[in-house]
Amino acid sequence: MQGMSVIVKKTAQLMSGLIFVYGVYIITHGHLTPGGGFAGGALVAGAFILLILANGSEYIKLKRQEEGSSVLESTAVLLALVLATAGLVAGSLVFFNNFLPAGIPGRLISAGVIPLYNIFIGMEVAAALITIFLALVIYKEEISK
Amino acid sequence: MEVMLSVIICFMIIAAIVAIHARDLLSAIIAQGFVGYGLVICFLMLKAPDLAIVQIVVETITLIIMVAVVLDSSRWELKVSFDRRKGGTMAASFLFIMVLLAYFNRAIAGLSNFGEHTLRMSEAYVTDAVSQTGSLNLVTGILWDFRGYDTLGEATVLFTAAIGVLTILRLTGKK
Repeated sequence: MQGMSVIVKKTAQLMSGLIFVYGVYIITHGHLTPGGGFAGGALVAGAFILLILANGSEYIKLKRQEEGSSVLESTAVLLALVLATAGLVAGSLVFFNNFLPAGIPGRLISAGVIPLYNIFIGMEVAAALITIFLALVIYKEEISK
Repeated sequence: MEVMLSVIICFMIIAAIVAIHARDLLSAIIAQGFVGYGLVICFLMLKAPDLAIVQIVVETITLIIMVAVVLDSSRWELKVSFDRRKGGTMAASFLFIMVLLAYFNRAIAGLSNFGEHTLRMSEAYVTDAVSQTGSLNLVTGILWDFRGYDTLGEATVLFTAAIGVLTILRLTGKK
């Protein structure tokens, strides 16, 4: 895949960091403001996809990246499951039990395990979208060889 | 509204039967699209616009894919002769449908009237979600506390989609 012009490259470099930070904000404040793991994960993935689209596939070592994102995706789902099972062990034998203290509603660290679930699902969504995108890019490269 | 819904559902049933029996596969797909878009109208009338939007998108995408498949392969249905062994299967499925209908009839008697939902659960969600989960965002609180299994299923769908894409698009296997 070819990269785009210098203007697009520079703009993508300037914007993608902001988009990434905004996605992380959406994920970590998922229990306070609209949004959450799914929306924030899509934003984080969008930051990377924007960079790859603007700079071309030479920009990142694609083969290793895809393996990394695939492993990260599986790990995130596993962590969410472990957290759900931890509720079963720690609390009153309920799967998905909210076993941490709820805290004061409105603080950043509140709502028990819900922020942790949001972070894990944000990781999962971002890694899954990047994996699918990279798989498509690599497929195109392999075919055009 | 119930009359209108019944008429639409009757049309959908007729279209589904047409879709099964049509010789021309393209007209079968169009009849099948009628079923899908009839469902969209039903969702709109039952005050579920978000579901209707999703249904429109899914229906359109499947229609396009199926039309592409039909145009790429043969357009006429293959001739299938009636097999005598199918009689037993058809009788069994008919019996099963009758039993299901009887049970549905008994279940419908226990429901509240059409269009009057019982708002017990949603009221409990709205009033108690913040105090029980500690999450100011009501949607997140419901997603990750009361309906945790649903959300786990959604995450699994995405996970499976990524695995499927990797499986299909890999030309060379990993060592």
